[in-house]
Amino acid sequence: MIFVEARSETHWYHEWVAVFVALSLTVVTASILLAAMGLEPVSSLQRILIRPLNSVYGVSELIAKATPLITIGVALALGFRAGVWNIGAEGQLVMGGLCGGAVALAFWGVDGFWVMPLVLLGGSLGGLLWGAIPAFLKVRFNANEILVSLMLTYVAILLLSVMVHGPLRDPDGFNFPESRLLHEAATLPKLFSAGRGHLGFIFAIFFALLGTWMVKRWHLGFEMRVTGLSLSAAKFAGYSRDRTVWTALLIGGGVSGFAGVVEVTGNIGQLVPNISPSYGFTAIIVAFLARLHPMAVIPAGLLVALSYLAGEAAQLSLGIPAASTQVFQGLLLFFLLGTSLLVNYRVRFGRVT
Amino acid sequence: MTDSVANKKRLSASSKRCIGVRGLTKYFGDFAANSAVDLSVDEGEIHALLGENGAGKSTLVKMMYGILKPDSGDMDLSSEPYSPDSPSHAKRAGVGMVFQHFAVFDALTVLENIALGLEGKFPGAELAAEISELCERYRLHVELDRRVHDLGAGERQRVEIIRALMQDPRLLILDEPTSVLTPQETEQLFATLGRLSDEGRSIIYISHKLDEVRALCDRATLMRAGRIIDVVDPRQESTRSLGEKMIGERLKETKRGKIKKSSNGKARLTVRVGEVYPESSRSVALRDLYLSVAPGSILGISGVSGNGQDRLFDVLSGEITLPNPDSIMLDDLPIGHMGVEQRRALGMLGAPENRLGHAAVPDLTLWENIILTARHTRGILTNKHLISGPAARRFADEVIQTFDVRTSSVNAKASSLSGGNLQKFLIGRELLGRPKVFIVSNPTWGVDAKAQLFIHKMLIQMADAGASIVLISQDIDELLSISDRICAVCHGRLSRTYPTVETTPDYLGALMLGQEVDS
Repeated sequence: MIFVEARSETHWYHEWVAVFVALSLTVVTASILLAAMGLEPVSSLQRILIRPLNSVYGVSELIAKATPLITIGVALALGFRAGVWNIGAEGQLVMGGLCGGAVALAFWGVDGFWVMPLVLLGGSLGGLLWGAIPAFLKVRFNANEILVSLMLTYVAILLLSVMVHGPLRDPDGFNFPESRLLHEAATLPKLFSAGRGHLGFIFAIFFALLGTWMVKRWHLGFEMRVTGLSLSAAKFAGYSRDRTVWTALLIGGGVSGFAGVVEVTGNIGQLVPNISPSYGFTAIIVAFLARLHPMAVIPAGLLVALSYLAGEAAQLSLGIPAASTQVFQGLLLFFLLGTSLLVNYRVRFGRVT
Repeated sequence: MTDSVANKKRLSASSKRCIGVRGLTKYFGDFAANSAVDLSVDEGEIHALLGENGAGKSTLVKMMYGILKPDSGDMDLSSEPYSPDSPSHAKRAGVGMVFQHFAVFDALTVLENIALGLEGKFPGAELAAEISELCERYRLHVELDRRVHDLGAGERQRVEIIRALMQDPRLLILDEPTSVLTPQETEQLFATLGRLSDEGRSIIYISHKLDEVRALCDRATLMRAGRIIDVVDPRQESTRSLGEKMIGERLKETKRGKIKKSSNGKARLTVRVGEVYPESSRSVALRDLYLSVAPGSILGISGVSGNGQDRLFDVLSGEITLPNPDSIMLDDLPIGHMGVEQRRALGMLGAPENRLGHAAVPDLTLWENIILTARHTRGILTNKHLISGPAARRFADEVIQTFDVRTSSVNAKASSLSGGNLQKFLIGRELLGRPKVFIVSNPTWGVDAKAQLFIHKMLIQMADAGASIVLISQDIDELLSISDRICAVCHGRLSRTYPTVETTPDYLGALMLGQEVDS
């Protein structure tokens, strides 16, 4: 007989064991699938998972993709712990990119060490404002933040589109819906000689550290967690739900906005109608992969970024369809969520005694 | 309770056996909920199952009613082998059960609820006539076309009993039937059970109220840790000796000693509120809240559950604030407008009824749960914003050591503790904060006798240290044994307050039903 029993205490390493098991199962299942397609599994996996990282360029590309995922993932993990379901990080990212980009264009051609911080601040405030709308509506009218933040995403994307087709369009750009290229002082430095990895990655690591500290030591972080777990216990403790809603959405909005402006200034270098391949939505997956631990968001973000690279590599070097990326991502998610059972429960083999 | 029932002559000892149980054993994982349990109940007998929470009483009757399947052992019913697969099988064999938590649908009428419990019956005039006849016979009064959500606890229970009786059972099992009843309603229930037993029907009566068992039952089987300890005639035993057998050690008296009067005899906490309006149509409006508690004294507030106790607790704890600051005074300070945190800073602490999800967060560890209410003490919160984990762990450890909380460590989740241990932890958390005023609601609800004793001692210790305690409870014995003065809440209205020494259970029952008695 196999028994599944609740653990009375959980240890930190249980989560990592679960993740390790999930990764192993994903690799095994992927090998079986590859073999079924007539490919030799070991060398194929080596081609799509290892080779993309075999060069400075590859690592740099990985980091470029992981940067927004980690930055936003940390902020969302904090909010989700509080039970505040900010689904609109994509819109907050777009607003950050738009506002930060607008600041950079306003100071176009101006040099000075203060330009870059000002651009980043502008982007963060843009996202903050976009996060403040669902927060206000939730606190004032008890409007569902999932719907409001999600809908605002489409508003933000359309607003960006209007701006790059109109006021922010490059006057010498042959009417293409694009802004001018940002100048040197408003561009984040690259980290490597090759690829698109940029300084934003260092910021992302910093956010993960800050988030970890906040969860462990900051009382407001604890307050948010209690509110998320049990509203009436939070009330008895004297914690305010409104404060939690505001904090979660302002952090989510501000940090997503920051990720947006970093994407524009570090990666794209100008404003275009589409500045994000749904990083804001993918970051939700990243946050849950990390089991809402800010520190674990780093490997989770890198892993999801790798799955994008692997998909591209599979298409190029193995000739299998791009949809295989989604199959691998799906396998990974499936096993990760499945093994999460092991965190709170243990499996015992044996007989009734 | 009533002598008429207590002294009623039962059928002679030569009567036939109704149900017999031999060597019944049931495991949950490694835990033996029942091991080799033997039980025999005669026809027409009212048989008590006595034991602490977790002694295995419910497991035993669930096996008799076909909800659980025994791992080993066998049963017979009226001399025939009996092994029910499901409750409907048990019902057909003639076993009925009334649960502790009522299984009735609020939105349906009484008639519809009864019809639902019977296979192949429709809630029409024919069934209504049948039910009316049955009600007549047992003098159970309920209006068939009323909706269940309008009914009180006693009436809901009657619906369940009628539903069980419609099956014409040979054996009726009642699981803690009086825990939600007033003394008057309890008396009515006992009269009904007496009539059933006179007809030769057997009754298994689960309770941990020893007085009731002595008044009602012919024999009592005592269980402890899944085993049968003894089978006794409860009338030959005192409440005390029964209690000792049940919990396995001597009960100590928990009566309050002499009340220490404060130097000037002035009230510590004074509440003067005419009305607190409800937030929604479902919650009860509070009226005429006039009470005062002196330092070192315990004020008991009795009442049947659902009469506004939850909101009363919230008003006192500060989870609901009042517009007029003067409506609640702590010594000479108006605090009606203050929230939980401000009141706590002034020494007003509390322990709400719902332990998991209100007093504590189930998924957090014990030391994290310390932070909820004790964060402003002992350096748990350094410079207002940072949590010191070691300080909170030390505090949790001190609570565990001081109040004998049985748990693996401070890292155990609150949800992993048993009700009694968690309550000791939660009251201990507040007690170490030296409360000036302590508001507590149903502190021993679902807690075994030993932990109950310990919790009563903690409250008395707190009062002896000079705290004013407001004890909101549904347990009349608890109120009569440890409070100094008593009042009752009914439909949100608070009665006058009387000294406990001048109160009897009957008197208190009248107050709980909203009848003001002139003293």
